[in-house]
Amino acid sequence: MGLETKPLSTLHEKSSHDVADFPVPTGREEEWRFTPLSRLKGLHNGTAAVTGGVVVDVEAAPEVRVETVGRDDARLGKAYTPADRVSAQAYSSFEKATVVTVPKMTAASRPTVITVRGSGSGAAGYGHILVSVEPMAEAVLVLDHRGSAVYADNVEFDVAEGATLKVVSLQDWDDDAVHVSHHHARLGKDATFRSFVVTLGGDLVRLSPSVSYTAPGGDADLTGLYFVDAGQHLEHRLLVDHSVPNCRSNVTYKGALQGDGAHAVWIGDVIIRAEAEGTDTYELNRNLILTDGARADSVPNLEILTGEVAGAGHASASGRLDDEHIFYLQARGIPFDEARRLVIHGFFAQLIERIEVPEIRERVLSAVEAELAR
Amino acid sequence: MSTLEIRDLHVAVGDKEILRGVDLTVRSGETHAIMGPNGSGKSTLAYAVAGHPKYTVTSGSVLLDGENLLEMSVDERARAGLFLAMQYPVEVPGVSVSNFLRSAITAVRGEAPKLRDFAKELKAGMEALSIDPAFAQRNTNEGFSGGEKKRHEILQLELLKPKIAVLDETDSGLDVDALRVVSEGINRFRSSGDTGVLLITHYTRILRYVKPDFVHVFAGGRVVEAGGPELADKLENEGYEAYTAKASA
Repeated sequence: MGLETKPLSTLHEKSSHDVADFPVPTGREEEWRFTPLSRLKGLHNGTAAVTGGVVVDVEAAPEVRVETVGRDDARLGKAYTPADRVSAQAYSSFEKATVVTVPKMTAASRPTVITVRGSGSGAAGYGHILVSVEPMAEAVLVLDHRGSAVYADNVEFDVAEGATLKVVSLQDWDDDAVHVSHHHARLGKDATFRSFVVTLGGDLVRLSPSVSYTAPGGDADLTGLYFVDAGQHLEHRLLVDHSVPNCRSNVTYKGALQGDGAHAVWIGDVIIRAEAEGTDTYELNRNLILTDGARADSVPNLEILTGEVAGAGHASASGRLDDEHIFYLQARGIPFDEARRLVIHGFFAQLIERIEVPEIRERVLSAVEAELAR
Repeated sequence: MSTLEIRDLHVAVGDKEILRGVDLTVRSGETHAIMGPNGSGKSTLAYAVAGHPKYTVTSGSVLLDGENLLEMSVDERARAGLFLAMQYPVEVPGVSVSNFLRSAITAVRGEAPKLRDFAKELKAGMEALSIDPAFAQRNTNEGFSGGEKKRHEILQLELLKPKIAVLDETDSGLDVDALRVVSEGINRFRSSGDTGVLLITHYTRILRYVKPDFVHVFAGGRVVEAGGPELADKLENEGYEAYTAKASA
């Protein structure tokens, strides 16, 4: 298998702002083969008519500037170019975009919360968000998706030199929602990006977080947690493109699945290009399959095109609850249900502790508890 | 006053019969040592009595104060008053020692201890076993050394106060200092006089610290000889050779 003949990444083969540049997917394409297209409700083939979709509310930190702008705003689409059909459809179709700017040298004093609320069952829409963190600025951002909608959007995180952005994105949709989203972070010199994705609700959620670097010293942690119930399709497709030297990335996604037809997909693509010497990267995905009838597809893919890496690795494992863990707890008198709850809670606990916003941490903890009580 | 009564116990793993008719009675206030060579079925006895799913009881009975343990789930056995200190305690990621112990105490005592009382009890228990208080916040057994895991088992023994404790090779892998600390813990547990101990060991070393009332030699999946503490001295001098030859004959 010669590296020369291998495409850099199927996710990165082409990019365009124009939806016409992407054929309608059939489901046979590598990047669509896990996604049940019939449940996308027309987001992939242009038949999803815009009917209100979502309402976007921003509760901003006082230091942060928030604007609602039209399609022609010159700042949009600079940090990210759509890499697939639905992303380009969203970019071609949104009516208004939300732009959040953290001015240079400013540390936002509290989290900025963007609530994306679906208008109701069947309401379709497209969206665009740009978060621009100027040099040496710092901010925490919460993206809170609720309600029901058929919704596709792109979110650009433009993190400039020496800046820090911490994002928590909650996909806490109602049971019938469909959401296809791209989150792209472009990191400047010595920029820090922390992403924490929590996906719990929705009939179908397909979220593609990606990272690119424009200068050395960029540092990205992408963490994710998902809980898939019967009939749900929750898909996370990560892409970290190391194209400059001495950057770091770490991807840790963990999920639990229970119920008939629960389907999790995790794709973890990391590319270390020839010029990206001194890259340090690790990606990990773990799936805990709690019942029969649930299915997890986990595909880590690490492509290294330079011999000079600081560290590069990946791990993926999907399995059932460990009988020995349960036995040990039961042997101390703890009933089976409680033992199971403790072990699953433990599986997620170390991730949840990393959430920077206490209210969100509590909300995620109680959401996991609620899932376990189902 | 409690009694653990094992009668004609036969246990298999898959198709392979490991225990071939074990008879043993342990009463409160008594300490029984089970000694035997590797592979004689000592640990199988411990795990089968505790209810590990890998072991199938094919015949016989195990009664605790007249109640049939074999009909109970693993956690019901523990709540009935049985404790198994494991040779290889399990690492449980993401579950702190403190959270684990509080859950166990709540289950065994039937009500949650008050947080303050629990903190006090835990602190005292850890001090007595020379366990660093920082361990309370660590994940259960994760990254613990062999000796730390065994101390943690004895900490649970002292906190849960079972009627009958089965200690499976608690002495293995311990240096002399750790062996002394762990033995003192077992002796504190025994000192109330209303608990019984079944001490499974390969070596006589621990019996210098924890004096048994009865010694049983285990070979080929059953008790082949029983006696008092003097039997341990005999094993110390002569080894298991006589028994292994007999068992395979």
